[in-house]
Amino acid sequence: MGPRNNVREAMLEAVPSLRAFAISLCGNIDRADDLVQETLLRAWANMGSFQPGTNMPAWLFTILRNLFRSEYRKRRREVEDVDGSYAETLTSLPEQDSRLEIVEFRDALKLLPSEQRESLILVGASGFSYEEAAQICGCAVGTIKSRVNRARSRLADILSIDSASDFGPDRETRAVANSDIVCTNRS
Amino acid sequence: MNEDKPSPRIRTMHAQRPEKNPVVKLGPDIHAKIGMQLRLMYGEVVDQGVPDRFVQMLKRLDDPNCESR
Repeated sequence: MGPRNNVREAMLEAVPSLRAFAISLCGNIDRADDLVQETLLRAWANMGSFQPGTNMPAWLFTILRNLFRSEYRKRRREVEDVDGSYAETLTSLPEQDSRLEIVEFRDALKLLPSEQRESLILVGASGFSYEEAAQICGCAVGTIKSRVNRARSRLADILSIDSASDFGPDRETRAVANSDIVCTNRS
Repeated sequence: MNEDKPSPRIRTMHAQRPEKNPVVKLGPDIHAKIGMQLRLMYGEVVDQGVPDRFVQMLKRLDDPNCESR
């Protein structure tokens, strides 16, 4: 049972990140969880095609993305419900200011083409390298880089953070200020 | 809980510009800002951990002959 247990552990470990990625794709927590479940079942059934020693999270993300893509092709009508059910999942942040920022950020993210968005999330949030993201999306590394750059530019444009002065004093001060607010509101 | 005004660092839709600038050069601060927002948003879901549904499902996968251990 050893190796299978290891695989199970690795899958379990990947679940939180898989869910976050799935929600960013489909914008709906229930669909995201179904997508994750299907991904795990698919992965388990196709364990033979996974090469031990290679990147398990990247493999799982690839399966999830492919499942989403084929499902998306089937029912193109219900695309991004980012405003609806996704918002319901975001109840855990008690702090108003960064809560508001996340909502604004999420709205801005929604305006990006889906390929730019997924590339940015894989690299900027899931923590994959450009190479891994390229593998997951089945495209060239250069394509990922260009998508990520475009996504960042577009976001900066939408959010009007195109000059450093828009950050307030500087990053450190802002981080400190933010954590202060968090503490006050939590107490 | 009223913050007196929305964060000045991020002004959303009202500030959209007519001209498009697909690839402008962005400074490291902007990268950091976007990166932070991305991770915050993503982290909200990641912090929820593994819902029991998945724990149970994987348990059953692990031991198909013994559904309820």
